[in-house]
Amino acid sequence: MEYLKIITIGCLFVLTSSSFASGMEDDPVVTKVMGEVELRSTDGANPGAWNIEAWIGKDLNKFWVKTKGERVAGHTEKSELQWLYSKAVTPFWDLQFGVKQDFQPKPKRHWGVIAAKGLAPYLFEVDASLFVGESGRLGARLDAEYEYMLSQKLILSPEVEINAFSKDDELTGTGKGLSSVEAGLRLRYEVTREFAPYIGINWEKKYGKTADFSIAEGEDIEDAQIVVGVRFWF
Amino acid sequence: MNSKTLSRRQFVTGVTIGAAALAINPSLLFAGMRNNITTLTGNTFNLSIGAQSVNFTGTMRSATTVNNALPAPLLRFKEGEMITLNVTNHLTENTSIHWHGLILPSEMDGVPDISNDFHGIKPGETFTYRFKAQQSGTYWYHSHSSFQEQTGLYGPIVIDPAGKDPITYDKDYVVMLSDWTDENPTDVYHKLKKLSHYYNFNERTHTDLMEDIEKKGLENTWNDRKMWNQMRMSQRDLSDVTGYTYTYLANGITPDKGWVGLFEKGDKVRVRFINGSAMTFFDVRIPGLKMTVVAADGQNIEPVSVDECRIGVAETYDVIVEPKYDRAYTIFAQDISRSGYARGTLTPDASMLGEVPELDKASSLTHSDMGMNMSNMAGMDHSTMNMSWPMKGMDHAKMNHTSMNMKQTTMVGMDHSKMDHSSMGQQKSMAGMDHSKMKMTGNKKMLTMDSMVTHADTEFGPHIDMRSADPQYRLDDPGVGLRNNGRKVLVYADLRNLHMTHNYPDPDREIQLHLTGNMSRYMWSINGVKFADAEPLRFKFGEVVRITFVNDTMMNHPMHLHGMWSDLETGDNRYIPRKHTVIVQPGAKISYRVQVDAKGSWAYHCHLLYHMLGMFRRVDVV
Repeated sequence: MEYLKIITIGCLFVLTSSSFASGMEDDPVVTKVMGEVELRSTDGANPGAWNIEAWIGKDLNKFWVKTKGERVAGHTEKSELQWLYSKAVTPFWDLQFGVKQDFQPKPKRHWGVIAAKGLAPYLFEVDASLFVGESGRLGARLDAEYEYMLSQKLILSPEVEINAFSKDDELTGTGKGLSSVEAGLRLRYEVTREFAPYIGINWEKKYGKTADFSIAEGEDIEDAQIVVGVRFWF
Repeated sequence: MNSKTLSRRQFVTGVTIGAAALAINPSLLFAGMRNNITTLTGNTFNLSIGAQSVNFTGTMRSATTVNNALPAPLLRFKEGEMITLNVTNHLTENTSIHWHGLILPSEMDGVPDISNDFHGIKPGETFTYRFKAQQSGTYWYHSHSSFQEQTGLYGPIVIDPAGKDPITYDKDYVVMLSDWTDENPTDVYHKLKKLSHYYNFNERTHTDLMEDIEKKGLENTWNDRKMWNQMRMSQRDLSDVTGYTYTYLANGITPDKGWVGLFEKGDKVRVRFINGSAMTFFDVRIPGLKMTVVAADGQNIEPVSVDECRIGVAETYDVIVEPKYDRAYTIFAQDISRSGYARGTLTPDASMLGEVPELDKASSLTHSDMGMNMSNMAGMDHSTMNMSWPMKGMDHAKMNHTSMNMKQTTMVGMDHSKMDHSSMGQQKSMAGMDHSKMKMTGNKKMLTMDSMVTHADTEFGPHIDMRSADPQYRLDDPGVGLRNNGRKVLVYADLRNLHMTHNYPDPDREIQLHLTGNMSRYMWSINGVKFADAEPLRFKFGEVVRITFVNDTMMNHPMHLHGMWSDLETGDNRYIPRKHTVIVQPGAKISYRVQVDAKGSWAYHCHLLYHMLGMFRRVDVV
């Protein structure tokens, strides 16, 4: 896999370190893994979802991995994995480049990725991605989240994700134009900074051709669920 | 030396309290048992650096200590004597000791790879420091290697004057304040890199919002917070590391046990406060007693009576208190973010303890802490100013980087013809500003301005989240959390050298240093350049340099220049106080003079341990 080679070479480049006078490194290589894993009250046995990101690197240059997906009854319905190089370009924003693989639904799809990830004014956490797929198909995703602090440890966070595509892809059931909107509201309690159980609601709706594909398959195009999960990082 | 002065200088030692603690294994719990720090006197000292088990929180941890003591032993010697210190490293890693505030040759300054011919003390090796004590007063010493300062390697120094001490006192105590964490300091640093507000449990919440709306109305609340929200900054970011992980210590004693110093009614008690913390600013007071501050950073000043005193990391203040009653007084040292405190007691009887005050309510940073000039802004409508940091749409080259200050000083000083107003217009947020009005308010101020604040090219980029628009000298500002608290708080403007300084030569040149960083990425630098990438500063031997600091962050930074004094410009040049560590308040500027009288290489840095790796410079005096 060509891109894995590129990532490895890049890793070596980024992680080359300089040393500080008294033996300390002001910009050490740091790793962070963070995510949410939750159960959802939807049809089927033990439906669940994950959204996990991890990075390794220094202050301004990092390698970033993002994965998310959904499982029902022991079967993975949706899953994707992104490998990205992340470069800080402004005080609050990183530009990210890399590749994305969609494993489910089948068939497997490959995308190139350009994303802007950061903190917008008024403290909205934003991840805006542009995907370039096979045969010139484009996809776009906007993910935005806000944290409203009810107390120092009790946090209410609304989140929205919007997906759109430039061309139909009948095999994966995604259509041209606005494809889906997902909105969530989660209330978490930070037992520690790193570990926070939460409850919330999650609502999803498919639009346009994507909705048509779903209807043809006999699937719902709108679903609202109660979710219970854990947010963690280390 | 006559017997009277001898008795006055007699150091109070050996007050042992806590009989219950005696039952516990002394090798583990020494911190809870000893009341006074070990004192070593003379002119030759043998210091052995090693690892030591300690228990401050109920959990056993390993500390880095000198002669098995935390704080390290108090070293007491006499001005004018030749001092020899044999420092042996029993650790498995390199170590070093820096004598903070002492004027000595670069070779003896103890900063690995910066001090001349010094590369740290390797495991098993002994390094001999030898220097002449050229000064008197209260100082301290600490490791300048890895994070050993956080794990306990710090101790007090008292140098008795060669001549008569202008300060008279009956009792003499050192109170060394510090912060202890059970965490590995490297983990603390990494946590800050991953989540910079990790230790801040004082953020604005729903409750604050409701209170503000009730008090000020929705619109004013929105407008007050607008700039913070747009800048993506927390108004409650007072300290990077807090009582969430720290246990604050007074002479190595936790607040629940408390350090105890005895006095007899009518005594003049000299308390030498030393802030030996890694990251903590302390606000110190002794309710019921006025504190007469007699020395700052070891140097005598004209006595000034205060209720409270902020001690930045690495600063020292000597105070005289005169308890008139047979009662106990609490020494209360709360941290700047009000997340905890260190405690001591001055009492006529060790069994008598004073009342412990409540922690103050934590304050919020203001617009002046953001580098704005509030004195001239009364008439300005903040909501139309709508500044954003950084201002991407501006043509920096043509603006000569004269900051994005759209108010008086730089606005007036700027060459408008060179300013590309059309490109500024593209910056939407600036369109609403009334330039003509600002220019008018500015003219007057310009006359008193000495130097213009300019931001270098290196201050623009992902590593910098703020540049002060119009930093002010705030020598009479006690700082966030101490403003208008009903107590008389020491400010830098109060510091007046005990001796006249009217012959002080004028500075030959000025060096402007901007303290910069990106809080959320947890990156720190000077002029936007971190130490690893920076050229050394070059001072010419014999010159007088004025250092002007501009703080382009929202943190207080205690800046420490090794080897030479920082002679603080307080506005009265007849009584310039000498300091070794100077707090630069958030969004403020401050200046001091340096008589460049020490050849060699010196460290120059922020004394916050987790800032200093980046906010650091080498100074070469040639």
